[in-house]
Amino acid sequence: MRRGPGPFDLAALTLGFAFLYLPIVILVVFSFNASKLVTVWGGFSLRWYEAVLTNEQLLDAARVSLGVAFVTATAALVLGTMAGLVLVRIQHFPGKALFTGMVVAPLVMPEVITGLSLLLLFVSLDVPRGFWTVTIAHTTFATCYVAVVVQARLLTFDRSLEEAAMDLGAPPLRTFRLVTLPLIAPSLAGGWLLAFALSLDDLVIASFTTGPGATTLPMRIYGQARLGVTPEINAVCTMLVALVTIVVLVISILQKRRLARERIGPGPAGRNP
Amino acid sequence: MTTARPVREARPRIEPWQDPDAVPFVRIQGVTKTFGEVYAVDNVTLDIFKGEFFALLGPSGCGKSTLLRILAGLERPTSGRVLIDGQDMTDVPPWRRPVNMMFQSYALFPHLSVRKNIAFGLEQERLPRAEIAERVAEVVRLVHLEGLEDRKPDQLSGGQKQRVALARALVKRPKVLLLDEPLGALDKKLRDQTQLELVNIQDRLGLTFVIVTHDQEEAMTVGSRMAIMREGQIAQIGTPSEIYEYPASRFVAEFVGEVNLIEARFASVNGTTMRVRAPALGIEIVTDRPVPALPGEPLWVAVRPEKMSIAKTPPAETGYNCVEGEVFDIEYLGDVSVYHVRLDNGLFLRATEANKLRLIERPITWEDRVWLSWGPDASVVLKT
Repeated sequence: MRRGPGPFDLAALTLGFAFLYLPIVILVVFSFNASKLVTVWGGFSLRWYEAVLTNEQLLDAARVSLGVAFVTATAALVLGTMAGLVLVRIQHFPGKALFTGMVVAPLVMPEVITGLSLLLLFVSLDVPRGFWTVTIAHTTFATCYVAVVVQARLLTFDRSLEEAAMDLGAPPLRTFRLVTLPLIAPSLAGGWLLAFALSLDDLVIASFTTGPGATTLPMRIYGQARLGVTPEINAVCTMLVALVTIVVLVISILQKRRLARERIGPGPAGRNP
Repeated sequence: MTTARPVREARPRIEPWQDPDAVPFVRIQGVTKTFGEVYAVDNVTLDIFKGEFFALLGPSGCGKSTLLRILAGLERPTSGRVLIDGQDMTDVPPWRRPVNMMFQSYALFPHLSVRKNIAFGLEQERLPRAEIAERVAEVVRLVHLEGLEDRKPDQLSGGQKQRVALARALVKRPKVLLLDEPLGALDKKLRDQTQLELVNIQDRLGLTFVIVTHDQEEAMTVGSRMAIMREGQIAQIGTPSEIYEYPASRFVAEFVGEVNLIEARFASVNGTTMRVRAPALGIEIVTDRPVPALPGEPLWVAVRPEKMSIAKTPPAETGYNCVEGEVFDIEYLGDVSVYHVRLDNGLFLRATEANKLRLIERPITWEDRVWLSWGPDASVVLKT
């Protein structure tokens, strides 16, 4: 067989990457545009970044979004882990099939319906809409994602590790803390970040369930874009892209380091000393 | 690691099961475990004595692992009781039982070093740090893991993992150590060596071991006594030699070792000699271990292939325990050869001979006319 990529492979790769990332590259490039026109290059400038950092409305929206995402991710992690555990660990309970379906349903439910139904719920309960209603709404769908991620991890989890811990004298809760938790921690971190990203991302559900004083960043960006796209928005989006990239890089570096640390020594097959 | 095969250390034979006054250390009383409609363990009663290396042997799915897990507390029996050292353990959870288990998969904690894996059980007892360190070091020496304490499980070979698993269970000084197919993942040579190491460790520490295995050779090597299990029930309990020489049923005879089974009918008993007729062979079979039977009752005679003599000339007395046939096939296994002899009526019997001569000098070959004969002490009459 031929080694290395051929011309066809290279072409496919280039096209694929272009399709995925060209829009983002354009967005990033024009965020450094000195011109006020989004599509005409007028030289390099950081003026739009300065404008963002002095735009209280945008900064407020960013604070709301980060706050909502943080609380959502944390709450979804706890609830989703519990749901995942119940789904995998409890063999039979009344209504298990229904519960399994209900956990996955929001993943395929159109966001408009989720948002509208939550809005109706909040209205009928007469809950004042704002930061907490958005957070609750985000938690309901993010929980499902965490539950699915945790469930997938637990399905491949070797139960004999927990049995061994109990056999060695650790009661169930301590077994969970000392053995189960550290081993599923990477999946939990993944679930948390997924929930965080989903919440940060969401426009539709937030639009339905928010109230005065709790405008999220995507809502603010969308609102401004409707009045005309300014390079200011490009700058905000670039900063978001940078934030996400940094988080992803940090996670992958941490994981590589951990793997490298675990492989110190004469190799996995461990020759005799 | 040394390549020399460890020698089994000499030890006085203790046979507490022969002593009517001995109090069993582990008592399994009428234990049944059902999973839905399936009886995994079906009314098992079993006594194990202090210092025994007891083997539970049986084909897969016979309930031996479930029985071990009931001893560990990982399964609750549906009915029956388990006593260890005089205390009722039936309702005691695994984390409060004075037993430890070595898992088939080893179940080493992948996120902890060898040292932390071994110390895990002692840390649960909240012992002082110095004592934990001392006891871990002691058991590390015992299983020869010096220098590997800071490795993670995935940096160990199969044999090393097996020793960490053993050390982790031993360090708690359990009253009973349970071993679930502990050597299944090792290659044959390492397995043989480890079996003897296990026996030596068990002997030196004076602990009670219960091992589950499907490998009859392993059970016979390590076991002081063994229980053969079948479909959740115990088919026979005894020392390895009792079970091999005097199997209680066709199942046991066939499961432990090789055997020729011959259908027969009861003929007569005279003192310590019992005669049965084997219509298929057209001869009478004589045994020195009579079993109570009715005239004409269907019976089976079990004869181990290595107890059959094979010769090209008829033995002096041909009236009993002797059949004539033709060598159909010879299985050469290195140390022994198995002769498949076809009798004139089409039945096959097997005889095993040690290859004391080189292959080329072997006097018996394919299609030779041969006589198979065996002594009265080689025939065991079975009723089931």
